[in-house]
Amino acid sequence: MSPWFGRLNWWVTPFSDAIANPNTNNLVAAGAAALVVVGALFTLYFLTRRHLWGRLWHDWLTTADHKKIGIMYVVLALVMMARAVIEGVIMRGQQAAVLHGGFLSADHFGELFSTHGTIMIFFVAMPLIIGLINIAVPLQIGARDVAFPVMNQVSLGLTTAGAALVMVSLVIGKFSTGGWTAYPPYTEAVFNPGVGPDYWIWAVVISGFGSMLSGINFAVTIYKLRAPGMSYMRMPLFTWTALCTAIMLIYAMPPVTVSSLMLALDRNLGFHFFTNDLGGNMMNYANIFWMFGHPEVYILVLPAYGVWSEVASTFTAKTLYGYTSLVIATMAIAVISYTVWLHHFFTMGQGNSVNIAFGIATMVIAVPTGVKVYDWMATLWRGRIRMTVPMVYLTGFFILFVIGGLSGMMLANPTIDYQVHNTLFLVAHFHNVLIPGVLFGMLAGIHYWFPKVFGFRLEERLGLWTAWLWIGGFCLTFLPLYVLGLLGMPRRMPSFSDPAYAPWVLIAGFGALVLLIAMIMLFVTLWVSARHRDRLAVPLGDPWDGRSLEWAIPAPAPEWNFAVIPRITAREAFAVEKARGDPYTRPTAYQDITLPKNTALGASICMAATLMGFALVWHIWWLAALGLGLIPGALIVRAFVRETERVIPAAEVARAHDAWLDAIARAAGVTRDAETETANRGLAAPDE
Amino acid sequence: MNNRMSAHLHPGLNLGPAHGAAHERSETVLFGFWVFLMSDFITFGILFATYAANTGHIGLAGGPGPGDLFDLKSIGLQTGFLLASSLTCGMASLSLKYDEGASRVAQWLVVTALLGAGFLAFEVRDFASMISSGGTPMRSAWLSSLYALVGLHGLHVTMGLIWIAVMLALLAVVGLSDRVKTRLLLFALYWHFLDLLWIGIFSVVFLTGMR
Repeated sequence: MSPWFGRLNWWVTPFSDAIANPNTNNLVAAGAAALVVVGALFTLYFLTRRHLWGRLWHDWLTTADHKKIGIMYVVLALVMMARAVIEGVIMRGQQAAVLHGGFLSADHFGELFSTHGTIMIFFVAMPLIIGLINIAVPLQIGARDVAFPVMNQVSLGLTTAGAALVMVSLVIGKFSTGGWTAYPPYTEAVFNPGVGPDYWIWAVVISGFGSMLSGINFAVTIYKLRAPGMSYMRMPLFTWTALCTAIMLIYAMPPVTVSSLMLALDRNLGFHFFTNDLGGNMMNYANIFWMFGHPEVYILVLPAYGVWSEVASTFTAKTLYGYTSLVIATMAIAVISYTVWLHHFFTMGQGNSVNIAFGIATMVIAVPTGVKVYDWMATLWRGRIRMTVPMVYLTGFFILFVIGGLSGMMLANPTIDYQVHNTLFLVAHFHNVLIPGVLFGMLAGIHYWFPKVFGFRLEERLGLWTAWLWIGGFCLTFLPLYVLGLLGMPRRMPSFSDPAYAPWVLIAGFGALVLLIAMIMLFVTLWVSARHRDRLAVPLGDPWDGRSLEWAIPAPAPEWNFAVIPRITAREAFAVEKARGDPYTRPTAYQDITLPKNTALGASICMAATLMGFALVWHIWWLAALGLGLIPGALIVRAFVRETERVIPAAEVARAHDAWLDAIARAAGVTRDAETETANRGLAAPDE
Repeated sequence: MNNRMSAHLHPGLNLGPAHGAAHERSETVLFGFWVFLMSDFITFGILFATYAANTGHIGLAGGPGPGDLFDLKSIGLQTGFLLASSLTCGMASLSLKYDEGASRVAQWLVVTALLGAGFLAFEVRDFASMISSGGTPMRSAWLSSLYALVGLHGLHVTMGLIWIAVMLALLAVVGLSDRVKTRLLLFALYWHFLDLLWIGIFSVVFLTGMR
């Protein structure tokens, strides 16, 4: 231990391991680390070469615009997803090759499933939903921004700091091998004295604060900033699901922050919350962790349900069926999700009566979910269905998610759970709900709202390829795991010797490659669409004949969102206006618009939190204290800044808005037949 | 939206329509802060539950217990300090609401800070004496959860003191601007919330422990 560098020294990188002992396992680790370093260096080079630092700083890193912050969340999620998907492929590869010797050590495999799970939950799924909510909710409720635009920036900074720690762990030191749940006593200092669990703890704690703040921000935005006339029962369904998710973030994030910090106290200061001796009790950890962990599942899936509701009604040109029942179902899920956490550890020994109570609660939560599926299907019934990319995802979701839900019903029965606990059956189940549920939902949402923030559609043909590859890849990879689980194959196994597993493992390994191609196709779609953005442009703002407020403004949405705050007279206000024949009415007067000024607060806190987390991992106490002090320091400095807002003159707003209205008046709309063609400039015309 | 100019825009003490824009602007921020406090309440709720789960003989692990470590006289004094500080904090809010000027608000805040510091001094003294008689947080799960719960509250009080210092500086540099007024309302909520938590700790930890 050096006072200046803590536990840090030159021999903690995978490069030194690879030089000392160049076997396949160490070379894979060093290769991954090299990829991170090269990727970072290339990004720096690219930004410098193209002189983009100024634009990056002014237009993005210091902005408080909810749309840009949402985009940055999604970009963060996609970067992290690239890593986590590759890790999944490597794990499937190891299992496929294991009867021929495999290529990874058990510890390395443990790191892989730990980072894969941690990243997918905290740094892919969470930023995706928070990003999409950021992009869509203020536009859907007729607001200029979220309630606390600068705090929004801080949330993003904290989430990014957590993600940065996980990325750094690839190059400096090693990540935890304790899975994404980090159960003690295995993750206690006695069994795991290294830095791995510390990386997990500080990544989760720091990003957890950010997510909790996001929850507060969204809830207050929806409660307080709705446009006049938008009563709760006039809110679009996505906003409803965002509200439920926000409330759940507020109440579900503290448990994981607390349990992680208690684990940190155990590890660093010798406390005895979860140790084997002196009264420590790991069951308490499991309890607290899953008080977060189970609601978390619904935090992730509810916004996806919101996307499905928007997609189903938009791409069938029908009013959403059963709006009220969908609202009630969403709220019911949010509440019941707090009463089922124990089903994650039926086998821990709390006795039959307790298990039965939680088993029943778990089965009950399927009822509102079932209501939703029927509502969406009824929405499609006799609709003007277009099989666009989001609809393909919806189709995949319908079939696959129901299978995942039904296997969840099996697991909800403690008797069955005892048989398949900790087998690949469970792995199959949660991937089966998280991929077709959350991931497909988010990809559909990105495809759906992409034109609203960027001003051009995504390539439809490539998007369809991507969607079908995700669907096919999912089936090939995860459906075989059900069989393997029932055959008794435990989860998280770096090796096995039973040849009966081999065929299924090989199919899953092939499926993983398909998923890798699907992800690459996603990036190709984004790249190609950006190159053809002129052909795909939809400046008039309404490419899908949308029904809610966000489609009644230009694309990309101006920084002030609405030139004049709309007055809402009905649910699906924009669809009602179009049916009545008076959308795009010219405002009689414009007013000055006040928006928050750029600020470096979020970026500063991101830097400070990253330094602090890194220092805590490596026991560099002076740096940890410095990082910890810089965070309140930045907030205090911010408190003394007097000019935090800037005013956009009414004339400027009027000029932009009138130009857009003139363009609409000149343009000819397209019918739904031409929705995916170049003729679609974002003005919808009714079908003949 | 239709209650724009009503006197009561958020739970708790409102500035009132006489403060104009400051009153209106505080609505969203105050509401958000209430939500944050509810979230913080969950944090404490988990620590309370952990503490309760560790009060049995397994949690004590043969180490010193409440009877060996607690000094109710000191706890009573701490309670007195904190409750009195809530009263003076309330006086600061009233001075703000009824426009008695920045210096009067600052005076009440200084008194609040002194009382809060008194609370902390006795708390630290208690911790030190517990540690010297073998009651370290490393001794047992019960002690771990005791220090975590009471310590987190103490940490909140410490942050409150830093907040008061910042508010005093803001009052001196900026004066009673709209944003400073909102921040004072936030601080008052926070400080009363710490009182509420302490009443929970006083009852659950100290009174129950000495039964």
